[in-house]
Formats: sequence, structure tokens, C-alpha cells
Amino acid sequence: MNDTRTNGRESGWRGRGEVSSTVLGADEIILNMGPQHPSTHGVLRVKLKLDGERVVGSECVIGYLHRGVEKIAEHRSYQQFAPYVDRMDYVAAVSNGLGYCEAVEKLLGTEAPPRARVVRTILTELQRIASHLLWLGTHALDIGALTPVFYCFREREEILKILEKYCGARLTTHAFRIGGLQYETYDGFEQDVKRFCEDFDKKVNEYETLLTENRIWVGRTKGVGILSAEDAIALGVTGPVLRASGMKWDIRKAMPYAAYDQYEFEIPTRQTGDTYDRYVVRMEEMRQSRRICLQAIENIPSGPIMAKIGKVLKPPPGEVYHAIEAPKGELGYYIVSDGTTQAYRTRVRPPSFINLQAFDKMARGSLVADVVAIIGTIDIVLGEVDR
Amino acid sequence: MDSVLFYFFSALAIASAVLMVTRRNIVHSAVFLITALLATAGIFLQLQAEFLFVVQIILYVGGIMVLFVFVIMLVNLDLSLHLMQFNRMKFVSTILAAVLAGQLFTAFWITRNSLNLGPRGEAMAQPHNTESIAQALFQNYMLPFEIASILLLVAMIGAVVMAKRKV
Amino acid sequence: MNFIPASLRDYVLPVLYGIVIVALLPLLAGYIVLLERKVMADMQARLGPMRVGPHGLLQPIADALKLLIKEDIIPQKADRFLFWCAPVLSVTMALLAYAAIPFGPVFQIADLNVGLLFILAISSLGIYGIVLGGWASNSHYSLLGALRSAAQLVSYETAAGLAVVSGLMLAGSLSMKDIVQAQSDQGVWFAFVVPVGFFIYLVASIAETNRAPFDLPEAESELVAGYMTEYSGFRWALYFLGEYANMVVVASIATTLFLGGWLRPFARYQDHLFGTSIELLDLLPTLLFLGAGVYCFWLAPRQPVQIQKIVMALVGGLCVALALGMTGALFAPDTVRTGIHGAFWFLAKVFVYIYAFLWIRFTFPRYRFDQLMRLGWRFLIPLALVNVIVVGATIVLQQNWDWRHPMLTAIVTTAIMLCVAAFLARDRAPEVEPLEVGEGD
Repeated sequence: MNDTRTNGRESGWRGRGEVSSTVLGADEIILNMGPQHPSTHGVLRVKLKLDGERVVGSECVIGYLHRGVEKIAEHRSYQQFAPYVDRMDYVAAVSNGLGYCEAVEKLLGTEAPPRARVVRTILTELQRIASHLLWLGTHALDIGALTPVFYCFREREEILKILEKYCGARLTTHAFRIGGLQYETYDGFEQDVKRFCEDFDKKVNEYETLLTENRIWVGRTKGVGILSAEDAIALGVTGPVLRASGMKWDIRKAMPYAAYDQYEFEIPTRQTGDTYDRYVVRMEEMRQSRRICLQAIENIPSGPIMAKIGKVLKPPPGEVYHAIEAPKGELGYYIVSDGTTQAYRTRVRPPSFINLQAFDKMARGSLVADVVAIIGTIDIVLGEVDR
Repeated sequence: MDSVLFYFFSALAIASAVLMVTRRNIVHSAVFLITALLATAGIFLQLQAEFLFVVQIILYVGGIMVLFVFVIMLVNLDLSLHLMQFNRMKFVSTILAAVLAGQLFTAFWITRNSLNLGPRGEAMAQPHNTESIAQALFQNYMLPFEIASILLLVAMIGAVVMAKRKV
Repeated sequence: MNFIPASLRDYVLPVLYGIVIVALLPLLAGYIVLLERKVMADMQARLGPMRVGPHGLLQPIADALKLLIKEDIIPQKADRFLFWCAPVLSVTMALLAYAAIPFGPVFQIADLNVGLLFILAISSLGIYGIVLGGWASNSHYSLLGALRSAAQLVSYETAAGLAVVSGLMLAGSLSMKDIVQAQSDQGVWFAFVVPVGFFIYLVASIAETNRAPFDLPEAESELVAGYMTEYSGFRWALYFLGEYANMVVVASIATTLFLGGWLRPFARYQDHLFGTSIELLDLLPTLLFLGAGVYCFWLAPRQPVQIQKIVMALVGGLCVALALGMTGALFAPDTVRTGIHGAFWFLAKVFVYIYAFLWIRFTFPRYRFDQLMRLGWRFLIPLALVNVIVVGATIVLQQNWDWRHPMLTAIVTTAIMLCVAAFLARDRAPEVEPLEVGEGD
């Protein structure tokens, strides 16, 4: 970790935050949370400008995990690109796959059959629960609660077992195909999901007992990292972060995709937009996802799982933007097709990348000890931020 | 056994004191001052003044020296380490030290007969040290005790007020 | 004892006790580390160390060996004398405090008249181990972490001292043995008479030993590295040892002062066993060890590996031997009996107190440093001060108006203190004003 007491210009300070004339104030130092740090959830480098204990400016340096995924997409066919998509938000791979497959289906002008849509919904909601569980465990761990992470991973293990039984992989699943599904649901799929969902409510209560009313937890998260609704909208923040700031916006309700229009669920919203609110919103989202799963499991339509689109995909020239509500926010795919088997341009709108830009707004004015909590509460995955 | 312990503690005190004034590194000096104070506390314990022994450790070593050490560590002392401080004063300081030593020696020599270095008296067979001090402080010397406490309180508040940032 | 000159005879037994403590305590501290890992694992739905020795029982030894053979790295610009000195100071102070702690009616190195104050004094010396360690590392962040840690220690030491005073007033003496004796005479542990004082001491002792939820200075996920960063190998082991030995010291103080020291629970219940001279409740240690032994024997055939089966059976045998020893001690002369059983109850209570430490560590998140200091200065210290006043007043009134029952003290003081605590803990407007920062750029 560096401690550079230098002239603001020399340090190459390109972040936001006042640099009074060209010299750092007498008390201001630049603190570097290096790319290797236990709490940045990946390779993220954060340069903080501190006045004593307060953060007066920050700069996030990203790109340590950039793999050129969008460039690779220009040289792969549509089906070949599908596995790459999982590696972006590797915590919630199924959602990435859903967004991509639906985007290409839109480009082709087809739709997945009803059975495929419902199974996709179930798996995506399970993945949402898994993603939020990982977020909760690591966020609590950063703040110092050593126990919830193990409980969360115990539940996440159940979901990953279901995914493994379904498509053979736990993390980078490639569960969906363009046009529908490749695999039929296995025998016992409904029972597994039902059993998981029935146990899950008690488990969420367990986490809430440990954290929600805990004075220390509330003291560490209330009032920390406040983001107002105007700021959130101006910055393009989406997902639980936006909903915790007061804006009731969820793409599953606003522009339904897959089978979401068939099910009843709530969109949890809170008003203040601090870390505690984001925690409450995500806890409630887990319960709502469970609700969707239970409804979907009751009634999976029978029928084909794959639309008739042929083996070689050559969508007509055109462009499409399709967005879904990934666990982290609005995940969008903008695909431009020039009529050949390879897309001309695939642009991904990663929610974590856009949400991370709100970090400066949230961290300004808070204490150094809160920075770790703020990074955790935005819920970023560097694979998505850097692609 | 008693005299062995006494010589041990006094040797420790003297050695620490000498080391304290001869170190260049200020933090080392502070550490040797701590050991000198601890040795003195040991001597108090030997004289059966156990309350003084404990209070010496709690207040002097555990309070005042911690303050010293904090200040030393927070103030940038690299500069002073490189200053050539004592060279010009060697001659004068030797003379002054010799004069002081001479005075002390003369004082001891003159009063050597009336110094009570014999075995300790029976004054020790009283209620415990702590109780006697408490009796004295809270009954006979209550007013000076309270005044001293208020003085300390005022000093503490003053320090906090001066060190606070403008809010 | 005749070959020892008369002048030294008084020193033999204390030196012997001292040797026993210095030899056993590091081992005990090591096993408390193992206990912590097992309890942590249990609370986190996993198993903990299982591989080294049966159920991980040899883990501390493996850890100690590993740390001993590690390379001894000293940063280049570090102050070598202090770098060496600091961990040694930390451990020495922790071990020195044992000089005044009574493990039993006779098992005490030195019964000082000011035993309690002595232990508090030695705890305050432990700060130097941290501060000098942070300084000697020659790293800006280590120093800041060390100073923060020291500031936390000093603040909570005040609260702990005041809480101890309230128990002290009930005992009327600073000598540790007299304090336990007073609890025996009054027939009630002081924790029941001044529960608020006990509670304050519990919280303050957690902060004193730098344990969660007050362990920000040494947390891994924080920005500023703690004072222990530059220490590796055995030096780090010494710090770690010092921390756990400190935990035992603090638990011992609480046990002696509030939980009745070496007294058996319900010491006045003296029903005898079938007309023999054995008191029923004295058989509790025997039953406990027998139960543990039976459990080990039951587990032994279920171990996966042969060597684990043997060691488990040996552990079971050890438990049974201890059970027999405890029963045998009941027939021994008085001093031996009270000594062994006293030591057992003392250690059991220390164990319960430490278990509470561990439990709290794995349940709560961590306090931020300013919240920690605020809790210490604005809640605990005022509460402890009022506690001293209230307990003192109650004792004086008790003496003047001739109340006999200790429970009256308990009820009156607790009622008043709960009101004060509720007042102090009220939700105030946030003290920390968010800094007005410009838009920049």
C-alpha cells in the first residue's frame, strides 16, 4: 500500500474530488487499496483521497480482468459465443446466458417454447437467490460477521447441486441454448426445487436473526453510502441499488421476458438508499424469488424445449437491444447482425460496471472504515466490470 | 535474600538510568526509563509499601510513560536524530555534573551518622498499606486530595478542548 | 524440605508454582486456540481441524512446530532491539499477571495484599508490547494500527477498572484470596449481587483483549494493517500467545471477582452421600469426566484411521483417570481436596467465560473504530462510574440500616443501573456530521 504525499498532478490523480489548485492539502493523503485486497471482491484497485479519516475523493482503476470478450464475439458464431457470456458475471452465470439467448432469439424473430421459458425462469430465479446468498455472505464477512458466510454457502451449495444435476456444471453453466434448452429437466427436478424452496424461508429467517436487528450491524450499515434516487438515475444505476434508493423499477415487471408475466411477485423498495436499505432489499428479493419458483414449479407446461431454428444461425441484418433483470441490475445485450453467422458487434451493458460508477458518490464524505462496506454493498463482480 | 533482591533492583535502576541517558534513539531511552521506574517500584515493594508499588506501575509506567511514548511516536523525530547536539557542551556539562556530584557526596558525608540505614522499625505492623493511605487521604487530607483531583480534571478538559477540531 | 536452607524455604513453593504455570500456560493458550477453531467451526456448520491427531487434538503442537521453524524476517529499517523486545514484553506481561491469581485456596504464587491492583497494573503494561511492536515495524500503517489498539485498550481499561471496583467494594479487600473468601462468607457470588458490574467487566474485557466485536485494529479486511503485520514465525506466535494468555488472565479476574473463584456452585448445599463424608455436589467433576471418557470410548471405534482409534482411546482413558483422581481427592486430606477440586471449579469457570468470548466473536459483526471509542467513553465509563456510586451507597445504607440480605443490594442496584443504562444507550442524533464535500472535477 502506498502513501503518496505528493503534488496532486504528479500522482496522476485522475479521480474526482477536489485538488485545491495543484497541491494536496496538508492533511490529505492518497491511499491505495491495491488490486490484491481481501475485500474488493476481485481485482479492483481503489485510490482514495483522504483527509484524516474521511474520504474526499476516489478513483476506481479497473481492467485487471479484461479479457476482450466483446472483441472475441466478433469472431465466433452466435452459439459459440454463448459459453463466453457465463464468464462475465461468473457468480450468476445462468442470468447472463438468459439475456444473451433471448437477445439472439429476438434478433432471429423467434421465441423459445413455453416449457423452455418456464424452466428458464425457475433456473434464473434460483440463480438470483444463489447470487444474493454469495453477496450476503461476503458482505457480512467484510463487516466482521464471521458466521453468515458459512450458512449462505450451505444454501448456495443446494442450488449448485440442482444446477449440476441439470446441466453438469455448477458455476459456468451454459444452461440455455439459443432457441430454448438443450437438456430436459432431470427426474426429480421439481421435487428438488420444491424441497429447497420450502426450507429456504427458515434459512432466510436465520440470516435475519443474525443481522437485521443486530445493533452493531445496523450501526455499521445505516447511513453509510447513501445514494439518492436522483443521483442513482443520473448515474444509470439499476437493480437493488436503485430500488433501495426509492425508485420502483424492475425489468421483470416493466418489460417482462421469459415467463415472468405469469407469476405474482413484489418488487421490494426502500427510501433512503443506504447500505442497510440495500441489505433489506436483497433479503426481500430472495424471498420473492422463492415465491416465483414455487409458483413456477406447480405448473411447468409440457411440450418441446427447443424452437425450430436450424443449426446454422444467420439472423437477418439488424440490431437488437435486450435487457433482463440480472441479480446485480439491468444486464443488456446490444447485438448488431450483418447477416452472417458471426455478429458484427456484441456489446454488453454490465450492471456492475455502471453501478460501480456510483461508488464515488457513495464514498465521498464517509470514513475509511466504511469504504469496504460500500464496495460490498454495490455487489460488483469484476468479471462483469472488466469483461 | 532480601539484600540480594535489593541489590538486583538497585543495579537494574542504575543501569537503566545510565542507559537511558546514553541512547541516541529516543524510543530506546523511553524504554529504559520504563525499566528504571519498574525497578524503583520493586524497591517500594521491598519496603513493604505495596500500594505505592502498584500505583507507581499503574500511574507512572502505565499512564505517564504511555503518554511519553505516544508523543514520541507521533512527532517526527528523524530531524532531531541527525542534529549534532551535545558536542559543544561536553566541557561545560562535565563540570556541572562534577559540581552536582560533589554537592551530593558532601551532603551524604556530612549526614552519614544520622542516616537510618539500620533494620526497619516496627512501624510496618499496622493495618495494610492501602488502608492507611486511604484513611489518610480521605480523612486527614481530604481537601488537598479534592483540589488535586479538580486540578487534574481541569487539565484533562483543557487538553481535550485544545485538541478538538473546530466543529 | 530439610536440604533447603531456612531462608529459602518460603520461596520454594512459589517458585514451583511459577514453573508449573509458565510451563503449562503456553500449552493451555495453544489449546484455547484449538478450542476456538472447533467452536467457530461448530457455529459455522463445519468441523474444524480434524486431520492432525484425532479430531485435531495435536493441531496446536503442529502449529507451534511450524512457527518455530519459519524464517525469521526482520524488516530492513526496523529497530532491531524493539522488534525483538515487543513480543517478549507482550507475553511476559500476560504470564506475570498469573503471579497473583489464585487457582485454588493454596495454589497461588503470591497472595499480595494488593493482588487485584497488581493484576490491573500488569495489564496496563501489556500496552507497551503493542505500541513498541507497531513502532518497531517501521511502517506508517503498523504504527497507526498499534496506536489505535493502544488507545482502545486504555479506554476500556478505565471501564474495566471501575467495574472491578464495584465488586471490590463488596469484598472489602484487594487480596484475591480474601475476595473469594468474602464470596464464600456472604454465600453468594458477586456476579449475582452486582450483575451490571459483571456485564460492564465482560464487555470491557472483550475490548481489552482486542477480541471481536472490538478487533478492528487487527482485522484482515481493514485498510490499515495491524501492529502484527511485520512479525512472522515465532515472534508472531509470541504475540498470539500473549493475546490468548491475556484472555485467560482476564477470565481469571472475572472468575475470582464475580464468579466465586474456586468455590463450588451451591457451596452451602452440603447434602452428603449415603452417610459418608462426601458431599453430593462434589461428585460433579467425577461425573463430568466419566461422561467425557465414555464419549471418547464410544467414538474410538468409529475413527477412520487406526492411529486415531488408539489416540482416542487414550484420551478416553485420560478422562477416566481424571475422574478417578477427582474421586480419590475427596478422601485426601483437606488441603489436597480443596486444592484439586478448587482448581477444577476455577478452570471450569474460566472455560465458561472464555466460551462466552468465543461465542460473541462469531455472532457479531465488528464495530468501527469511532463507534468502539464512543461505546467505551460515552456508555461504559459513565455506566461504570454510576455503578460504583450506586453500589457504594447501597453498601453504606445496608450497614447503617442493617439490611441483611445480599439480594436486596442486587435488586436495588440493578434496578437503578438498568435505568441509567437505558438512558445512556438512547438513540442519539448521529454525532458524525457528514463532511460537506464538493463535486470536484
